Amino acid sequence: MPKNYKRPGSLYDTAAHYCPGCGHGILHRMVAQAIDELGVREKTIAIAPVGCAVVAYDYWQFDCAEAAHGRALAVATAIKRCQPDKLVFTYQGDGDLAAIGTAETIHAANRGENLSVIFVNNAVYGMTGGQMAPTTLLSQKTATTPLGRDVKLSGYPLKISEMLALLDGVYSVERVSVSNPKEAMNAQRAIKQAFENQLQGKGFSIVEVLSMCPTYWYKTPQESLKWVDEIMSKYFVLGKLK
Amino acid sequence: MKKKILISGNEAMGEAAIRAGCKFYAGYPITPQNELTAYMASELPKRGGIFIQSESELAAINMVYGASASGVRAMTSSSSPGISLKQEGISYISGAQLPAVAINVMRAGPGLGNIWPAQSDYFQATKGGGHGDYHMIVLAPWSVQESYGLTRLAFELADRYRAMAMILSDGILGQMMEPLEFDDEEPMPALIAKPWALTGAQGREPNIVKSLSIRFGDVEKHNLVLQKNFSRIMAKEQRFEASYLEGARAVVVAYGSMARITQAAVVNLRRQGKRVGLFRPISLWPFPAKELARLSKKIKKFLVVEMSYGQMVEDVRLSVCPGARVGFYGRSGGGVPTQKQVEREMLKVLTNNKYA
Ligand code: SF4
Repeated sequence: MPKNYKRPGSLYDTAAHYCPGCGHGILHRMVAQAIDELGVREKTIAIAPVGCAVVAYDYWQFDCAEAAHGRALAVATAIKRCQPDKLVFTYQGDGDLAAIGTAETIHAANRGENLSVIFVNNAVYGMTGGQMAPTTLLSQKTATTPLGRDVKLSGYPLKISEMLALLDGVYSVERVSVSNPKEAMNAQRAIKQAFENQLQGKGFSIVEVLSMCPTYWYKTPQESLKWVDEIMSKYFVLGKLK
Repeated sequence: MKKKILISGNEAMGEAAIRAGCKFYAGYPITPQNELTAYMASELPKRGGIFIQSESELAAINMVYGASASGVRAMTSSSSPGISLKQEGISYISGAQLPAVAINVMRAGPGLGNIWPAQSDYFQATKGGGHGDYHMIVLAPWSVQESYGLTRLAFELADRYRAMAMILSDGILGQMMEPLEFDDEEPMPALIAKPWALTGAQGREPNIVKSLSIRFGDVEKHNLVLQKNFSRIMAKEQRFEASYLEGARAVVVAYGSMARITQAAVVNLRRQGKRVGLFRPISLWPFPAKELARLSKKIKKFLVVEMSYGQMVEDVRLSVCPGARVGFYGRSGGGVPTQKQVEREMLKVLTNNKYA
């Protein structure tokens, strides 16, 4: 098996600002790795979200647009339509993609835009201080569900990937995780596949990644990995949805 | 070759945009601007551009953000309630210094109001309807011909200043059909280099289109850059038309279709020997304050007429010299001041000694 411990060329050599144990750092690297492997750094345009990863462009060494909260897929739609020869992807959190940006997400998917989406689901709003996300699990405690998420008040965690898999316009939907080496390797493969799909003109591909937010899960990094494996992935079941 | 066609204001703005090199349009249905969206849907793809009917006004303006970030001339259009929804995107476009054009075919508000013409979005357009310190270049046509000309100019200015430009039309101008003359062979405004555009970091450092700066002090610095640009626009782009000023003792200030009605009133009063003139702001931001200040050194009586309850009048009051009096007459919510009503108000101003 070839081993690659080098920093991908698409990643700046700099310290990340993420909390210890956060999934974003791992994912940034995976995205950069996939772009390196495909040799498309010079034709990549990323759309950074609003949230902890808003400054993803401080880490990725390719062109990047910042979008308003939830609007990444509207911005991406236009960039890709104007420049169909480029690799255009959004990197979005759960609040961005599945709450404030639900309409943009569903309609870009339904139009079958030839885009790739990296959807980082960590079940909480990190940047703003750990509030309930659309994907917060039942009875999970957050700043805005101090007694735990109550289905009567806040409904169920939103399975937006399952919803998107129903749409005829969508090419591929896959849920992966970065909580252990085996799943992480699978996530790396899925991300590269989503980019390849686009390069081959196959259409809308979304990879939902279950990712850790130890800070607002009030857990250690180790406990967080375990929580994804044992709790979160029981509700958000891993695998290819479409 | 000169061409003359009969066309609605809405469609004329679409044609002007395409001829100005607009290659991307996104819009969402709303009356009374639907003819413009339909025109772009049928014409733009045929002529090498991209048309998208978006899922919302928010998506439309953010698509314009994306297209502009790609270095493409891009536009959206809507009417008042839809323009309210676009304010977030307009703020981001302004913050990221992206050139873009938006058209507002104004209707009555507040809220859903109705589909009748109004001029009650003046504050929103000229003072910054979104958050943050920014301005759009705002141009107000008064005819189909000028709707065409100013739309073209909007693309030119947006590119030149890397700013958002808005055409402030209204339900009358959008729906009305008039002859339009244009040069079929006139080239589009010259494309300018956009080294900041997101085109893939090939042989250069990555470009980033953004409005966020996390480090303390950076946003203040960025704002100073924006302000410098706005000052430049304010100094160079004030536009107006002044007429019937010969011996005038009072001047009416009106823009857009209200200026059309007002002109008829001025002509009629002049016929009766009344010494009234007309001042028509064409750029609403930057407001033609310099010329109005100059004018008010000689003429001390002003009347502002609007299809609103008094918005532009505030800029007129801020512009005139001390000693000049500024009266106001307005109707809104779909009510349009008639020629007779404007004449009556002008006569009041002319004869009222309070205004002497
Ligand atoms: S708050 Fe959570 S998501 Fe944000 S950087 Fe920290 S661990 Fe990561």
